[in-house]
Amino acid sequence: MKLTELTIAAARDGLAAGDFTGVELTGAHVVAMEASRPLNAFVTETAEKARDMAVASDARRASGNVGAMEGVPIAIKDLFCTEGVKAAACSHILDGFTPPYESTVTKNLWCAGAVMLGKTNMDEFAMGSSNMSSYDGPVTNPWHADGDDAKRVPGGSSGGSAAAVAAFAAMGATGTDTGGSIRQPGAFTGVVGMKPTYGRCSRWGVIAFASSLDQAGPLTRTVRDASIMLGAMAGHDPKDSTSVDRPVPDFEASLTGDIRGLRVGVPKEYVVDGMPGEIEALWHQGVEWLKDAGAHIVDISLPHTKYALPTYYIIAPAEASSNLARYDGVRYGLRVDGESLQEMYENTRSEGFGAEVKRRLLIGTYVLSAGYYDAYYLKAQKVRSRIAQDFHNSWETVDAVLTPTAPSAAFAQGEKMDDPIAMYLNDVFTVPASLAGLPAISVPSGLSSDGLPLGLQIIGRPFDEETMFRVAGVIEQAAAFTARPQFITREA
Amino acid sequence: MSDLLKGNAGEWEMVIGLEIHAQVISNAKLFSGAATAFGAEPNSQVSLVDAAMPGMLPVLNEESVRQAVRTGLALNSKINHHSVFARKNYFYPDLPQGYQISQYELPVVGEGEIEIDLPNGDIKVVEIERLHLEQDAGKSMHDQHPTKTHIDLNRSGVTLMEIVSKPDMRSAEEAVVYVTKVRSILRYIESCDGNMQEGSLRCDANVSVRRPGDELGTRCEIKNLNSLRFLRQAIDHEAVRQIEVIEDGGVITQETRLYDPDKGETRSMRSKEEAHDYRYFPDPDLLPLDLSEDFVAAMKASLPELPDVRKSRLVSEFGLSAYDASVLVAERETVDYFETVANGRDAKLAANWVISDLFGRLNKTGTPVSQSPVKAEALGELIDLISDQTISGRIAKDVFADMFENGKGAAAIVEDKGLRQVTDAGAIRAQVQAVIDANPDKVADYRGGNQKLVGWFMGQVMQASQGKANPAMVNQLLKETILG
Repeated sequence: MKLTELTIAAARDGLAAGDFTGVELTGAHVVAMEASRPLNAFVTETAEKARDMAVASDARRASGNVGAMEGVPIAIKDLFCTEGVKAAACSHILDGFTPPYESTVTKNLWCAGAVMLGKTNMDEFAMGSSNMSSYDGPVTNPWHADGDDAKRVPGGSSGGSAAAVAAFAAMGATGTDTGGSIRQPGAFTGVVGMKPTYGRCSRWGVIAFASSLDQAGPLTRTVRDASIMLGAMAGHDPKDSTSVDRPVPDFEASLTGDIRGLRVGVPKEYVVDGMPGEIEALWHQGVEWLKDAGAHIVDISLPHTKYALPTYYIIAPAEASSNLARYDGVRYGLRVDGESLQEMYENTRSEGFGAEVKRRLLIGTYVLSAGYYDAYYLKAQKVRSRIAQDFHNSWETVDAVLTPTAPSAAFAQGEKMDDPIAMYLNDVFTVPASLAGLPAISVPSGLSSDGLPLGLQIIGRPFDEETMFRVAGVIEQAAAFTARPQFITREA
Repeated sequence: MSDLLKGNAGEWEMVIGLEIHAQVISNAKLFSGAATAFGAEPNSQVSLVDAAMPGMLPVLNEESVRQAVRTGLALNSKINHHSVFARKNYFYPDLPQGYQISQYELPVVGEGEIEIDLPNGDIKVVEIERLHLEQDAGKSMHDQHPTKTHIDLNRSGVTLMEIVSKPDMRSAEEAVVYVTKVRSILRYIESCDGNMQEGSLRCDANVSVRRPGDELGTRCEIKNLNSLRFLRQAIDHEAVRQIEVIEDGGVITQETRLYDPDKGETRSMRSKEEAHDYRYFPDPDLLPLDLSEDFVAAMKASLPELPDVRKSRLVSEFGLSAYDASVLVAERETVDYFETVANGRDAKLAANWVISDLFGRLNKTGTPVSQSPVKAEALGELIDLISDQTISGRIAKDVFADMFENGKGAAAIVEDKGLRQVTDAGAIRAQVQAVIDANPDKVADYRGGNQKLVGWFMGQVMQASQGKANPAMVNQLLKETILG
C-alpha cells in the first residue's frame, strides 16, 4: 500500500513499528501534494519546512517522545496564522501578510508531532460554499460526475483542505466551520469533516469571520482519524475568552461501535424543496443502519429550523462587517493610496475584497445600522436562541441527531454564481448546529446516481463529541465508503 | 439666581452635562498585557492585540474591572452585576480594530450621585448617569512628516472609565467644581491619577441654554477639554455663542464642537448629519461580565475613607470650619499631612499653618504636598514650640521660612539663631521703661486718650527685643507702666 493511502491511525502504527520513517511518510505526501497542483488545493507549499519537521519528528520518536500526531503530514487552511508562513485567508487584502505568531490550534498540532505540508485554498475569508470566491482561484474537486468532465466545486469554505485530503495529498487538514465550511466540503469530496462544540478549539490566531460561530475542526479520511486529530487540536486557551475550560476526553476511545440503546433523532424539518430523492433515500438508509446497530430512532421536531438560514445570514455578516474593519490599509497587507484618508480606505477595500466578501460586509453593515438593528440583528439573536432551545429540548428524548449534510452533491464550477440565495442554500442543514454551537460531523455515506459522494451529518450534545463520534463510526462502518475520486484512479 | 446669563433680551440659564474620560491606573491595558506608562517611545507598548493583527482576541484585564467597580462605589452609584462589552464601529487610523470595545446598553456602573461644595457654601447634588469601561484609541501625529500622518499605538487599548453626569450643572463654575470633586475621589481611591496634562483625565461638555423654567434646549458637545481652565472657558464661550445665535433668530443645531483656546471660541467639528452611525453590538469575542456579590463587597471593603466622610470627621472631630475642612480633604495626601500635624495638637492652629503658610509656599513653587521640604512631623514640632511658648507665632513664621528654605528642624533653628522667646518679666520691663522714657510726648498723647498708640509702643518694644519678647507680657507690662 502506498504511504499516502494510509489513514492517520495506520500511519501511527506503521511509524511505531518502524515500517517506515516520518521523513519517508512526509516525502511521499510532498510528492502527492505536488502532483495535486492541477486541483489548486494548496496556495502555499512548505515542502522544505515539512521535511525539517519530519526529521525533527523522527528524532523525537528515537528519543521516545511520541505525540498523538507524531510524524503525520497535514495541510492547514489559509485562515490559520502560521508563524513565518504567509496567511492571507485567500484574500487580496492580506497580500504578503506573514504572521509573526502561530495560532493556538496549529501550535497544538505541532506540539503533538504533526508536520505541515502547506496552506490550503479556501473561500475568501471563509465566506462561501464553493471555494469560488478565493483570490487564489477556484479549487477543483478531485471527483467528477460519471460521464461528465465538468469541473466540480469541492464545497467551501474549506475546499482546499477537503480536496487535499480527498486527493490523498495530506493525511488530514484543518478547516474552520462557521455555517458548514468543514462539513459541506467534507460531503462534497467524500471525506470526514468535523466541527466541534463552540469553545472546544481556540480561535486565537485564526483569522476571524464570524466570532460567535467560527470553530476549527479536522478533515480526514476516517472518523477515527478525525477523533485523533481533534484531540490534538482541542483544549482550553486563556487567550480566547470564548474557549471553554474543560478537559479534552480521549475521543478515539469513544469509537466502540456499540450504539445499542442509543436514541437518535430524525428531525422532520430537514426535508427541503428540491432536494434530490437520492439524498432523502440515503438519509433513510442511514436510519436503517443505525436501527440495525441497535439504536432507537426517534422522530423529532426542530420547529425553528426554517429560520436558521436567514438568521445565519444576518448574524454572520454582522460580525464579519466589524471583524474585517481592521483591513484598512494602515498597518499590514494591501494599501492602495488615495488623495485623502477616505480615498485610501475606499481604494484599499474596493480592490482588496472580492465580490462575495463585499456583499456580506454590506449586508452586515446594514443590519447593524441605526433603525435596522432591532428588526434584523436583535431579532436574529432571538431566533438564534429559539433554534438552540429546539435542540436543547430534543436532548431530553435523543442522544444525537441524524440528517443529510447538504441538499445536493458537488455542483459544477460556475453554477449558482449569479444566485447568492441558491448558493447560501448549500448550508441549510449545517447552519442550525452552528447557530446552536453544537458538535457535528459529516461522514461519507454513499454516491449519487452520477457517482458523486454524499454525506450524512450527525449532530451531538454540547461537549458530547464522544457520542457523535460513536454514531459516526457506526455509519462509516455500515456505509463502507471505499470509492476513490477520478483524480486518483485516473492517475493510478 | 445669580448664575443666569443676561442676553440682549432677557435672562438665560446654562445646562451642562459632563463626560469624564479617566484613565485607569493599571500596569496592563483593558484587553491586552501591554504596558501603559506615559511618555514611552512611540509604538513601544503595543501588543499584537492592540495593533489588531489578524486572529487576535481580547482578554479582559481584571484590574480594570476592579477599578471601575471601586470607582462606581466611591461615586455612590449602582453596580450592575451583569454588564456587556459592545463594539463601537468607526474607521480611523488610530483605531486599529476599526471598532472601540466599550459598553453600551449595559454598563458596569449605573446611576448614582455625588455632592459638590459650591463657593457660596451651598452643597449641590449632581447625579451620575453611568460609568462604563472602554478602550482608548492611539494617537495620530501630524508633525513627523510634511505630508504623512504617523500613528502611535501606545495608548491604543488603554483602559478608560467614561463617567457620564446628568445635565445637572448650571454654570461653568459648577462644572469645574464637579470635575474637581470627581478627580479628587478618583485620586483618593487610586483608580486614576487625574493628571489632565498627560491626558489621564479629559472631559467632554454637553452645553445648552434655555429660558429659566423652559424645556432643555438643543445641546452641543465640546470634545476633549484637557484642563479645568479650558473647561470653564469653553463652556462660557459656548453658552454666549448659543445665546447670540438664538437671540439673532437662529436655532442651535446639535453637533460636536472643538474649543480653540488661542482664539477663545468653539467651532464645529461635525454636524449631526455627519455623525457616525456606530453600529454598536455586543462583542462576540467577550463573554458578558458577571460580578458576584462577594466581589463587589470586597471592592467596597478596599475603599479608603472618602472625601465627604473625611470632611465631616474633620468638622466633628477637630472642630474645623466646613470651608477649611473642604480645602484640606480635596487631596488625600494633603489631609493625610494635616492629620499627622494635628495629631495631639491644637487642630485649628494646625489647619491655619497647613492652609495659609504651607499651601502659600507650596503653591508659589508649584510643589505637591508629597514633595514638601517641610514634612508633617517637622511642622508639628514647630507648632509645639509655639504652644509651649518657646517662640511666638511671629517668630514662628521666620522659623518656618528657614525650615522651608533649608530643610532644617524648628528646634535647631531656634537654638542656632537664639530665637527663644524672652519671658523674663524684669528684662521685658526694662525694655518697656526704656521706650517710655525715650518718648514722653507719645506717653502724654496716650494718657490724653489716644488708645491706638498701644500698638505703636508694642512695636517699639518688640523691635528692641528683636521679636523675642513674649507679646502678651509686653502688652501687659506696657499697660501697667503707662497707666501706672
